[in-house]
Amino acid sequence: MSLIEITEVKKRFGDNEVLKGINIDVAPGEVVAIIGRSGSGKSTLLRCINGLEAIDEGSISVAGAQLLPDELHLKALRLKVGMIFQQFNLFPHLTAGRNVMLSQMVVKKTPKAQAEAMAKTMLERVGLGHKFDAYPDQLSGGQQQRVAIARALAMQPIALLCDEITSALDPELVSEVLAVVKELAGEGMTLMMVTHEMRFARDVCSRVVFMHQGRVHEIGPPEEVFANPKTPELQQFLGVTH
Amino acid sequence: MNEFTTWDILRNLLLAARWTVLLSLVSFIGGGLVGAALLFARIGKGRIGPTFVKAYVELFQGTPLLMQLFLAFFGLGLFGVDVPAWLAAGVALILWSAAFLTEIWRGCVESIARGQWEASSSLGMGYLQQMRHVILPQALRIAVPPTVGFSVQVVKGTALTSIIGFVELSKAGTIVTNATFEPFTVYGLVALIYFCLCWPLSRSSQILERKLNVAHRNH
Ligand SMILES: Nc1ncnc2c1ncn2[C@@H]1O[C@H](COP(=O)(O)OP(=O)(O)OP(=O)(O)O)[C@@H](O)[C@H]1O
Ligand SMILES: [Mg+2]
Repeated sequence: MSLIEITEVKKRFGDNEVLKGINIDVAPGEVVAIIGRSGSGKSTLLRCINGLEAIDEGSISVAGAQLLPDELHLKALRLKVGMIFQQFNLFPHLTAGRNVMLSQMVVKKTPKAQAEAMAKTMLERVGLGHKFDAYPDQLSGGQQQRVAIARALAMQPIALLCDEITSALDPELVSEVLAVVKELAGEGMTLMMVTHEMRFARDVCSRVVFMHQGRVHEIGPPEEVFANPKTPELQQFLGVTH
Repeated sequence: MNEFTTWDILRNLLLAARWTVLLSLVSFIGGGLVGAALLFARIGKGRIGPTFVKAYVELFQGTPLLMQLFLAFFGLGLFGVDVPAWLAAGVALILWSAAFLTEIWRGCVESIARGQWEASSSLGMGYLQQMRHVILPQALRIAVPPTVGFSVQVVKGTALTSIIGFVELSKAGTIVTNATFEPFTVYGLVALIYFCLCWPLSRSSQILERKLNVAHRNH
């Protein structure tokens, strides 16, 4: 059974139809890379799955639960699906540890000691156990992004959505973040990630989705999609990025 | 004709300055409370709240404070309500301060990056939780310098209440001048007292701004 089911999803901003009927099913433990040109709707799709944008038509369900636009359903969904952003979006007024503790305590009502222990564990997991008391602006971009990952993991989601999480990083910091993601993938976390890191997509992902003008233009295992692009659009896209 | 020493003048002015200080405090604190309530109506999710507050702010920012004082004082008088000067002054200044403080604070809340809302949403927080734990702590820190800076405007604003007959520092200046015929000395001293009240405020606003900027960078 699929963990994430996206069925005929359409999304408009005014007259601009950005998603024109998206169908993707993601199995538990799958790592799906979403690639495509700027403006093709990749971010919008992830944001819809997390309920940051309301969809106009179609349906999205996660672990059997429908995505509905009321607070209660949204909250339930967001407890299942974490999201990591290009700009990290750490809370600048809180230490790394506090960043990871906050939502556990506020949303899940986890007692402080337990939240703190969880925060320590998660920061260890992303290799930042020693940065518990550092503020975001005392951390490098790569470290901040790893804290953001720890923060999402602390909510124990069953899937993570990653929107170009290495695009705002200096080139030498990209690999430390990707290493964490790769480890998560190895541990069986379900991931949907928009990425421009083609090598990473090829090595780690189980499937690649090529989006073009608001549609899933091609989808398949990375060997196939990268080695044998069927459509001229994908051929051109890969040609450009190679 | 009586002989007034400079000390006599100063003493009388300082006694009246207590009312300036008291009125400033009442206006600023009252305005802050009303302003906070308006802020929540303004940035809340309702329809009516934001529209009402927008109109309120435009009304109070778009008319001179003096007119507001006249309306509070004489306007209510028209309806047969006898308003003492201190009450009209207090109410008008509170409502006026509230309009400006709401607007200052709204700017601070809206300056918080959209990503902060999105990240906290994606972690499952509700609107009030986001406000309480993520947005307001950051907005508050930005709001301190302009808020303290605005308190200077409140102190200066109290001078206008002399026109409706509230005896604070400016009004006392006029009264003392009429008795002593030494306008230059009297108003010189009045100005000096205002300066002693306002300068520490504007100075601390500047210092706070610098401190909070540095704190934001390094903690
Ligand atoms: N909030 C919004 N309001 C209006 N239009 C929007 C909004 N968000 C996105 N769009 C439009 O939707 C289209 C798809 O945007 P989206 O961000 O999903 O693209 P993308 O594939 O993620 O591109 P990129 O690679 O540049 O991040 C664009 O044309 C964009 O202008
Ligand atoms: Mg994008």
